[in-house]
Amino acid sequence: MTCLNDTMFPSTGQATVRLLNRLGVDVEFPTAQTCCGQMHVNSGYVPEAIPVVRAFVDAFAGYDAVVAPSGSCVASAREQHKIVAARSGDRGLVRAVDELSPHVYELSEFIVDKLGVVDVGAYFPHRVTMHPTCHSTRLLGVGDRPERLLKAVRGITMVDLPAAEECCGFGGTFSLKNPDVSVAMGADKARHVRESGAEVLVAGDNSCLMHIGGLLTRQQAGIRVMHLAEILASTEEVA
Amino acid sequence: MSDGRMIETKTFLGIPPFPVAAKEALADSQLRGNMHHATHTIRTKRARVTAELPDWEQLRVAGADIKDDVTANMGRYLVQLEESLTKAGANVHWARDAAEANQIVIGIARRHKVDEVVKVKSMATGEIELNVAMEKAGIAVWETDLAELIVQLGHDLPSHILVPAIHRNRSEVREIFMREMGKVGMPAAADLSDEPAELAGAARRHLREKFLRAKVAVSGANFMVADTGTLVVVESEGNGRMCLTLPEVLISVVGIEKIVPTWKDLEVFLQLLPRSATGERMNPYTSTWTGVTPGDGPQEVHVILLDNNRTKVLADEVGRQALRCIRCSACLNVCPVYERVGGHAYGSIYPGPIGAILTPMLKGVGVSKQIDSLPFASSLCGACYEVCPVRINIPEVLVHLRELVVGSHRGGVPGTLMTTMKGASWLLGGGWRLGLLQKAAGLSTRVLWKNGVIGRMPPPMSRWTDARDCPAPPTESFRAWWKRTDGGRNDAGSAGGTAGKGDQR
Repeated sequence: MTCLNDTMFPSTGQATVRLLNRLGVDVEFPTAQTCCGQMHVNSGYVPEAIPVVRAFVDAFAGYDAVVAPSGSCVASAREQHKIVAARSGDRGLVRAVDELSPHVYELSEFIVDKLGVVDVGAYFPHRVTMHPTCHSTRLLGVGDRPERLLKAVRGITMVDLPAAEECCGFGGTFSLKNPDVSVAMGADKARHVRESGAEVLVAGDNSCLMHIGGLLTRQQAGIRVMHLAEILASTEEVA
Repeated sequence: MSDGRMIETKTFLGIPPFPVAAKEALADSQLRGNMHHATHTIRTKRARVTAELPDWEQLRVAGADIKDDVTANMGRYLVQLEESLTKAGANVHWARDAAEANQIVIGIARRHKVDEVVKVKSMATGEIELNVAMEKAGIAVWETDLAELIVQLGHDLPSHILVPAIHRNRSEVREIFMREMGKVGMPAAADLSDEPAELAGAARRHLREKFLRAKVAVSGANFMVADTGTLVVVESEGNGRMCLTLPEVLISVVGIEKIVPTWKDLEVFLQLLPRSATGERMNPYTSTWTGVTPGDGPQEVHVILLDNNRTKVLADEVGRQALRCIRCSACLNVCPVYERVGGHAYGSIYPGPIGAILTPMLKGVGVSKQIDSLPFASSLCGACYEVCPVRINIPEVLVHLRELVVGSHRGGVPGTLMTTMKGASWLLGGGWRLGLLQKAAGLSTRVLWKNGVIGRMPPPMSRWTDARDCPAPPTESFRAWWKRTDGGRNDAGSAGGTAGKGDQR
């Protein structure tokens, strides 16, 4: 579920559960899970990430697929866990990571590739623009999967986001270590979102949305930010 | 002779750590405008000319492979290069560090009793601060690349690898030329406009005098071919060609990683470099020289092979890929951080993403707050890796260096972040601990709410809240909801409820 969604954005988690249930997936939330450890690794604290990665593989071992509504966390599980495991010197952990990481999917990847579905039966009659997120596109290579899923939503009007591929400036602890640069990047992103004419900004990562959304509400821009899962979970009954 | 006139070179000494320097740069709206315009122009051109090559990705792989072969077999190639150069009539010198390299250049200039040299744009000589050393020795150095000339005349610092005066616009350039050219040589015309062609004309007249007078030239090289002993300079203006052919003595200072094994390997790099650097299919001038050619060009040729900690970088398994760098600047032009703050904030001749990894590796981590701040000067968006013509995984090296920086400070009194990270490591080691934290956060922040968001807060949270609202923690975490409703099976309310109801944004 990712620690950020669990703690700060439970509606994204609830939407993910609702969406996957609707698509016929048996969803479990192993309560032993915590975090992927990316914050530690990216901040230079690799030894401190070892217990976090161990908790991750312990919690998720044995499932057919591990699905997370976050491109960033999935990229961490796929790319960084093996580095952390190697550093631990624990062969059991290395093996566990090697076994688990190919089964970790970002939400749009899981729906499009594993379930083979593009039209998830959602209804969302609003003007929406999408921030593709750096880690989803550049690290994971999810390509146009999120866009294809969104375009199949009934009632939706997708509008282009200018300079969509540019980073929003969140960058994890970068947002606190270099707050001025982070905000300068975010301010440009927020301006592009306003220029798009959308009512809703969607992305596959709540971390980016927390940053861009924080700027938009401070500016009283009147634009909502929503996670991809929440739009895909919407139906006529609850749009 | 130079008549004793010379320009005092500014250095990066005293530049504060990146977040501080960046804050100052961000406040300079002229700089922001210049940088945005310039980086977006080159970025767009690069994207266009790389997209038109069907084998661009294969070229990138080939470039990386050739460079990896060089780093893996550095010793063998260096010996081969020295033999080829010597056979071709060049004098080969080995420099362990900046001081040694500078002394060799000064020694050669003194032997020829000159008090000035002309210079081709070169990153290696910038790295070793050759100009400063030469001035101390009483030898004037004339930069002949247009942008380097603008920087030098403006008593300024370079802010880009390829376009060192990228932070200046044309009216600023005109002012610098009008004010400074006459002090050190041919003055600019009194009615000089800020038309690019006129500015280039003024530079041409100013430099022509120096080209024709100079006895000694100093250059770097983009490539050194090990099997032939050929050095290569790739440029756009022809100033390099003038320096490489007119003077009697040519001294080239080149980092040891600039080797390519064979002449044929240039085929790969002469496609990768111009398209990545200036967004051109081909650069206007490519000069190659192999030692001394009797009766043609410089009759005394020196090549100074510079280590300056490159062998230390070679020993770093993750970091050594930085030695593939061909100094094209594609990573700078595409970097959202560099674009907004410019090059000076990096406090090094190597700015931008590549500088954020090269500078700490060449100078060492744990010795300066400024250098230690560089690996953190990135949001890890990965745009640099995507465009790098030799596939340097810059984000990977940044994260690796962050660990080295943190490691270099372990053992002392733990700072705020160290304490936070250690605490988080414990909390995130088990699901029940995280659950406790969530309950505490939900309760304790309730007083800070206003309309579901947390507004301005005191330090250190002000780093977030000065410009951004912070979402208020929800009344119920996902974990608590899952437990209460058995994953939504016993809850008609929130599981089927309106999106966005569970949290407050």
